[in-house]
Amino acid sequence: MTALATPPATTPAAPPAKRARGRRGLSSSYPTWFYIPSAVLYIVLFAIPTFASFYFSLTRWSLFDIEFIGFENYAQFFTEPMLVQGFVNTFVYGFVTSALKVVLGLALALLLTGSILGRGYLRSTIFFPVLVSTVGIGITFKVLMDPFDGLINQTLAAVGITGPGWLTDPAWALLSVALVDVWKGVGIATLIFIAGLVAIPQEYFEAAKVDGASAWQRFRNITLPLVQPATATVILLSLIGGLRSFELIWAMTKGGPGFTSDVIASVIYKQYQAGFYGLSTAGNVVLFLVVTAIVVPIQYILNKRQVEQ
Amino acid sequence: MNSTRTRRALVAAAGVAALALPLAACSSGGGGGDGTTEITFLVPNSGTNVESAEAMIAAFEEENPDITVKVESQPAGTEGDNLMKTKLATGEMADVFWYNSGSLFQALNPDQNLVALDDQDWVGDMQDNMAAVVSTENGVYGAPFGATQAGAVVYNKKIYADLGLTVPTTWAEFAANNETIKAAGIAPVIQTYGDTWTSQLFILGDFGNVLAQDADWAEGYTSGDRKYVDEPALAGFANQQEGFEKGWWNEDFASALYDDGARMVATGEGAHYPILTGIVSTFQQNFPDDLENIGVFALPAANADDTKLTVWLPNGVYIPKTTEGDQLAAAKSFVAFINSPAGCDVQNTAMVPSGPYAISTCELPADVPGLLTDMQVYFDEDRTNPALEFLSPIKGPNLENITVEVGSGIRGADDAAALYDEDVKKQAQQLGLDGW
Repeated sequence: MTALATPPATTPAAPPAKRARGRRGLSSSYPTWFYIPSAVLYIVLFAIPTFASFYFSLTRWSLFDIEFIGFENYAQFFTEPMLVQGFVNTFVYGFVTSALKVVLGLALALLLTGSILGRGYLRSTIFFPVLVSTVGIGITFKVLMDPFDGLINQTLAAVGITGPGWLTDPAWALLSVALVDVWKGVGIATLIFIAGLVAIPQEYFEAAKVDGASAWQRFRNITLPLVQPATATVILLSLIGGLRSFELIWAMTKGGPGFTSDVIASVIYKQYQAGFYGLSTAGNVVLFLVVTAIVVPIQYILNKRQVEQ
Repeated sequence: MNSTRTRRALVAAAGVAALALPLAACSSGGGGGDGTTEITFLVPNSGTNVESAEAMIAAFEEENPDITVKVESQPAGTEGDNLMKTKLATGEMADVFWYNSGSLFQALNPDQNLVALDDQDWVGDMQDNMAAVVSTENGVYGAPFGATQAGAVVYNKKIYADLGLTVPTTWAEFAANNETIKAAGIAPVIQTYGDTWTSQLFILGDFGNVLAQDADWAEGYTSGDRKYVDEPALAGFANQQEGFEKGWWNEDFASALYDDGARMVATGEGAHYPILTGIVSTFQQNFPDDLENIGVFALPAANADDTKLTVWLPNGVYIPKTTEGDQLAAAKSFVAFINSPAGCDVQNTAMVPSGPYAISTCELPADVPGLLTDMQVYFDEDRTNPALEFLSPIKGPNLENITVEVGSGIRGADDAAALYDEDVKKQAQQLGLDGW
């Protein structure tokens, strides 16, 4: 790597260069060449592939040749019903999982910061699914959700309800996967909310109780506003994760039945599997832009609110 | 001072050694020690492929004690397709490998990546159909390993006998049979969308009939003139939709697996199962006593004259250009062994033939299951046609998902056919074909 060859050359010249930099007012206390190795790594492993993918998304390429076709890949991505479905599903999936995680996470956190028996044990239980392999969870729930032999439907049948085909009914497939995703990820949301709740000084609650506020009023006027930073974090993290989610969907339905539970990530993977590398890269660029377009404004809004507090 | 410098030097040396070790391990294994040549054989990991490969290797090594063959396996299906292309492109392919023939073989860019085998003795023994699907215009690249198979309707003979039904030769007769079977409380047609690839048989197994109605359909399709939205090809999609709407499917069609399908047709829980006749190996393994109750007939067309058996040609064994020298000679002799009398023996015993062979040196044994004798009739009467993937390099990768949608009632036949035509267009453009 040619970059690494430059440090010895600059060392003898370092003192005058440093003084020059000092005059320019750079606040860094490290000489420039300290940054070069990591800069090289970053450029080679992150920046170049990102820009290369912008270029490749405008081509049709196999492993052997490249053909520039302009925005045709994008046009295809947004007009073909199979691909558009994935696009729509991604938003549904992302927002549903995020909303559920916030609500359930906060509820569980409230429960687990109160004084209940076995609090430590319950906290571990709630957090445990986060640590387990996503694919393992996907396969397990796929078996549990089998419409005829699965445990869930058999239990429901014992109570007299005919459970739907969780993963085989087009109306239910995406939601079933979303629910499993929430089951898996709510532990992190709870953890973050617990940290946020514990940081609220107890005096506020005592003062409010003295003033005669009900439990709900205390929650709405003290807890919710003061747990705002945690809420912002949970929303952002779960939204980004939900929009990009792939392993669970792939393990449970592979985007099926048909294309009804496809999301952008599984669409990208399918195009890649089929050898449509240009189309797949275009999908990746779309995903990148979508996540950025959603997350950056949300982050700005949430952080602004935080600062105003 | 000195000790720190020595320490640093030692640490640096250890670091370099640690980096170098994996690189050394990366270099491909070559010859064995004492004069034996070692080659690697890549096998797709589905069904009984690995066991069959090992049986073939055992027989080969007996005849050739100076060559050892090691088996490598990888996933089959679309994941395997990707791995094949990647390994060839990066030069990481095994010395000899087993893969589909026909359009998937063409997608490997054979002229660039594979060793031409035109000079081998067995090339002339292949049937014309077979030779066509392992060659490009520049040469022959593969030998068949395995027998042909048909995509057709496997049926339970006992149910037919009990209900007094005859094998249908037109779609109307097939539909009437299904209604009778349904009235008797048995699932008329088994579908197993838990394994999505099995949903394609209504389309793929109908191709023989399409070709009978339009002899140029395959060429027209490759050049973009024939579409699935038009008859005669639309019939496949329409048939599958009819099956769903008339309620012919088994109750658990959306989640059943290939093995469930085999069980159902073998034990009589379902009457018909449109599938590849390779399923005979599953029957032989799991339901050997029910084997005589199982037969096969071609997926019927609208007219009896157009009903043909759609035949899949066997996979081929190929040698990549990265194999050289001693390994190349060893690989070539392994490939030649596969269809020699000893090799054919292994194919008949260790593997279960799913149909007649595509090379004249191998013949079916006398005591084959009834399924195969049913197939042989179609071959003898010349009522067969190759499957589309052997006449055209284009196959849209999403067909299995589209057919699941049709069979599950999510999408109508016309819509689905149009969607598949779009999918095919993507594939054709990706392959860089003219006229798309």
